[in-house]
Amino acid sequence: MNKMQVKIEEARAKGKVGLIPFLPAGFPNREQFWKEMEELDAAGASVIEIGMPFSDPVADGPVVEKASLKCLEDGINLTWILTELKKRKGQFKAALLLMGYLNPVYQYGLDKFGADCEAAGVSGLIIADMPLEESQFVKDAVEPHNVALVPLIGLNTTKERMRLYADGAQGFCYFVSVLGTTGQRESLPARIKEKLAEAKEVFDIPVALGFGIKHPDQLKEFGGLMDAAVFGSALISHIESGHSSDSFMEPWK
Amino acid sequence: MKKGYFGDFGGQFIPELLMPPLIELEEAMKTILPTEEFQTRFTNMLKENVGRPSAITYCPNLSKDLGLDLWLKREDLNHSGAHKINNTLGQGLLAKMMGKDVLLAETGAGMHGVATTVAAAMLDMKAVIYMGATDVVRQAPNVGRMRLMGAEIVAVESGTKTLKDAINAALRRWLSDQETTHYCFGTAAGPHPFPTLVREFQQIISKEAREQFMARNDGNLPDVVVACVGGGSNAIGMFHNFVPDESVKIVGVEAAGTGEPGCYSSAPIDHGTDGVLHGMMSKLLQTEDGQIEPSHSIAPGLDYPGVGPEHAHLDAIGRVDYTTINDAQAINAFKTLSRREGIIPALESSHAVAYAIENREKLQGKSVLVCLSGRGDKDLGILDQIL
Ligand SMILES: Cc1ncc(COP(=O)(O)O)c(C=O)c1O
Repeated sequence: MNKMQVKIEEARAKGKVGLIPFLPAGFPNREQFWKEMEELDAAGASVIEIGMPFSDPVADGPVVEKASLKCLEDGINLTWILTELKKRKGQFKAALLLMGYLNPVYQYGLDKFGADCEAAGVSGLIIADMPLEESQFVKDAVEPHNVALVPLIGLNTTKERMRLYADGAQGFCYFVSVLGTTGQRESLPARIKEKLAEAKEVFDIPVALGFGIKHPDQLKEFGGLMDAAVFGSALISHIESGHSSDSFMEPWK
Repeated sequence: MKKGYFGDFGGQFIPELLMPPLIELEEAMKTILPTEEFQTRFTNMLKENVGRPSAITYCPNLSKDLGLDLWLKREDLNHSGAHKINNTLGQGLLAKMMGKDVLLAETGAGMHGVATTVAAAMLDMKAVIYMGATDVVRQAPNVGRMRLMGAEIVAVESGTKTLKDAINAALRRWLSDQETTHYCFGTAAGPHPFPTLVREFQQIISKEAREQFMARNDGNLPDVVVACVGGGSNAIGMFHNFVPDESVKIVGVEAAGTGEPGCYSSAPIDHGTDGVLHGMMSKLLQTEDGQIEPSHSIAPGLDYPGVGPEHAHLDAIGRVDYTTINDAQAINAFKTLSRREGIIPALESSHAVAYAIENREKLQGKSVLVCLSGRGDKDLGILDQIL
């Protein structure tokens, strides 16, 4: 079983939702990034989602975009991410997931990417601009290295498409809470419940809810319909205003 | 061949959340486009509102100067001043018949934004136009036109503040508003089915030009057909019906920017490599790490680091020759065509005209048919600054 699933199920066994914080690699700067990673890990993250910065992040809202572009200016690239992770292999209790867009991964070389992910202890991959129809060649390259391609679905995904995504899916399924980009929202759409229920029915791996989440109170109404929560923009803003990842994680513990 | 591919290029590299509207659009192409209602209304609009068929024009003075026969396909005579209107009326009508009430578009030069706004006004829809903040300044006359005709204009401040960022921002907006809104993509690029849909609406350029040229030349075909290539819509429209004619040499002209070493160009076929951006696998200007490079051209409509996938394919199979023209050569063509024929071409189209001027020695005695994709009034401000 993929480590991401193991970790989320460990949380569930303790009666908790799995926690999946997101940070762009190298944010807010190269050194502090690893300190934040350690804090997130120590605070009980099930999976840590590490952003691979891209110049044209179509699925991201302003907070994530700005943070990623800053990392790009600082020269962060896949070689840096995978080399630094390799040095720290085995150091994190949480499972590690890389999230980004196809082009940088494609230029890196898919086979090399799969192998280097394995060597760096990465268990999962999200490619935001790659729907089912285009995903096979990436799956073929990374799955032999025990890297799961995490499906992203949303409010407008039909049950039929969910089934296609569920076939052979590993790790967890990422349910996007809004029709829109990443970023905090004051309230989440009402339709989420019904669609989450569909996703829970279709997927036999955990279902995580992400986009627009900033506080555990928001999740109360989804009890039983989701196994994990992803938060990015809220965490980034928290760190940007000078606070620690540790204090962000406090209400979630 | 995989669905939505031209050889190795094309595809649908977009977030899953955009797949439902793309599937809906593909369905509409199958069910609505072929209907008599659509075809009749579309043809009537092209005739009554756009002024099709557009003329082809022989250029006697420039032909004499250059020692070749220069013909222009006059898309600049279309209502709103460019080929873009063929596509926006087609997509607008399709969207209307799909039950959408907003046309969302990105624009570089502003011509596609203006054309989308015209379509929206004609079809009683709302237009929302995304434009890079840099382009809002350098194409001010078009911004004024769009505002007058009722468009909501969003100036995009992120990234390079040009066309590529306007596309990113428009795609984000489409994510949220997909139920009411059709993304009226402006060029033959982007995720499937846009490259095919846009070609469908633009191929009328070569359909007419081919017949018109033959009627004026004793049934002979032109020796050379030329168009400028930004995203590639006027070019694919100009090329499509000549592709099967083996005797016709087809030339796509990309923008070389200043042409100085190290300058950013807008020539992904000539200077780029394979990669994925804006929903397609195509040729891109990018770093070794796969980050998209900013492009540069004096012609805002060509200022784009990618190109439509069908062009990448036509290049790969060697059917079309892609070459470049730099800013200075385009400005020279802009002035030359204005002075010698009384036709002010768009800076984009000036790149295609410049091909004939710069290659006149090779082209002696040949007939050269150039797509004059648009008129240059919008560019007088840019020219004022540099002349
Ligand atoms: C007059 C004109 N020609 C050409 C272009 C380039 O677009 P495409 O390459 O899609 O024909 C534009 C784009 O704005 C334009 O305004």
